[in-house]
Amino acid sequence: MAGPGPRRSLATRLGRWAIVLGFAILLAFPFYWMAITSFKQTADLYDVEHDPFIFNAPPTLAHLRYLFEQTLFVRWFWNTTLAGAAVVAITLVLAVPAAWALARLTGRWGQQLGIGIFLTYLVPPTLLFIPMSRVISTLGLQDTLWAIIVTYPTFTVPFSIWLLMGFFKAIPRDLEDAALVDGLTRFGAFVKLVIPISLSGILTVVIFSFTLVTQEFVYALTFISSAEHQTIGVGVPIFLVRGDVYYWGSLMAACLIASIPIALVYNLFLDRFIAGFTVGAVK
Amino acid sequence: MIPAPAVVDALRRRRGPSRATWLGIALFSPALVYILALVGLPLVLAFLYSVGDVTVGSVGYRFVGLYNFRSVLASPAFRRALLDSFVFTISSQLVVIVCANALALALRERFRGRGLVRFLVLLPWVAPVSLGAIGWKWLLDSIYSVVNWVLAQAHLVNRFDPPMWLGQPALAMASVIAVHSWRMIPFSTVILLAGLTSIPKEIPEAAAVDGAGFWRTHFQITLPMMAPIINVAVLFGVVFTFTDMTVVYILTRGGPYDTTQVLPSLAFFTGVLGSDLSEGAAISVFLVPILVVVAILMLRVAHRAEIA
Repeated sequence: MAGPGPRRSLATRLGRWAIVLGFAILLAFPFYWMAITSFKQTADLYDVEHDPFIFNAPPTLAHLRYLFEQTLFVRWFWNTTLAGAAVVAITLVLAVPAAWALARLTGRWGQQLGIGIFLTYLVPPTLLFIPMSRVISTLGLQDTLWAIIVTYPTFTVPFSIWLLMGFFKAIPRDLEDAALVDGLTRFGAFVKLVIPISLSGILTVVIFSFTLVTQEFVYALTFISSAEHQTIGVGVPIFLVRGDVYYWGSLMAACLIASIPIALVYNLFLDRFIAGFTVGAVK
Repeated sequence: MIPAPAVVDALRRRRGPSRATWLGIALFSPALVYILALVGLPLVLAFLYSVGDVTVGSVGYRFVGLYNFRSVLASPAFRRALLDSFVFTISSQLVVIVCANALALALRERFRGRGLVRFLVLLPWVAPVSLGAIGWKWLLDSIYSVVNWVLAQAHLVNRFDPPMWLGQPALAMASVIAVHSWRMIPFSTVILLAGLTSIPKEIPEAAAVDGAGFWRTHFQITLPMMAPIINVAVLFGVVFTFTDMTVVYILTRGGPYDTTQVLPSLAFFTGVLGSDLSEGAAISVFLVPILVVVAILMLRVAHRAEIA
């Protein structure tokens, strides 16, 4: 793609730069603010006379130390990782075979069922959370990590089936038929041929499911009441606040530490997620 | 008798038709069973609760007809939340779609540093929403707000009596809308970018050569060609906004005096914290009409894409 052509006026180029810079600053500013808050001394943070943009006192690691030593942050990190891994496993086991079945084996039903599955992705947690909390307590899972491990695949599975259907449809049918001629069964062709070629699609599903576990808020807030079983997404904004006191230094450090790695990974796979959202409106 | 389409389909195939179909069913059913059990069943229960008498301690089920709906409709808090939900959704989607359009156009062409800009612009969407929202709670703090500090330096607000962004009803609503828009702009932008790449660049360029100015080219050529993808972005935006309570819950808890309460957060406070499951479910059920409309429009977009 060529750079800005000679025909483009200076005004257009300036306008574009103004928009890009303006939005980049506006959208990323809260994260910059998290960073600067994390390293400021408490006395520096809570002085209305101080210029908030600069370090009026030397930077400190006290908030980070407090976060890692005096709070459940590390515990929430492990809870999130554990729940994330379990949700990824459940999602793969359910979605990969289902997506292939819909893409290949059930003929014209596949398309209809695929759209039906996609529509279940639109059913929001805030419609289901009240009856779901009954279901969870009937299963005896309330206030455990299992509550979210069991329920999060309700959004990861439909979206993953939808994404993977696209991947599987792109694999030429002849390739599978050739494997059948070579004496593999259909299921054998799926396991030995289709899955290895679709690894990048499967990896997209893994990343999508994992990041969703870190981002979900409503179910974790509803089903888990004690601090030690929480995930990062609820633990940090709800349980780092003691009584009504916000420890902004450690709170912002926690937000930053949790956000940046997730953002980096998600960013790498973004274009593939978006392909799932465009519902075929973009070819 | 005319055989069912699936049977005809199966007969047309040469190799082991019925066995392939059975394999398909076997591979699909675990996901189907899971979805029926944990989406279908709770969905049915949500409707049953809304026409029943269910609280946290209750054991039986008693059908009460439309009692819960009458009761919520009579409550001023609910009517306020219903109105707020629409205000929240419509205003934030308007802000989002205008900003996302501008940003997508600006990011369309490649330039040095585009990757970094894209990462920065995407942060609000890819970082966990609850953490972004709590960051804003600090930015809008009643005493140490950096927003107020900057405005006071510019002599736009009184330093000693600054606006309470989350403490005054109108400002609190505006803040919730702004923060939610901040979160959704990146999502709509990347969807629109995906749409822009599918428009051949020659068409707007030819129009420019023919003397059409930037705005004319934009409104008469680019925008109409982007209409389907804008629809998609708005439809997802409406679902993710109308059914969300995270920003409201973290920034204001629905306050001050329930003036920023939206349907999902009111359902949470009533049904989960207040343990009146039936009334909470009745409030949630008010989300359904909007979801049905969005689903129908989404199917239309998908259908049209299929024919095209």
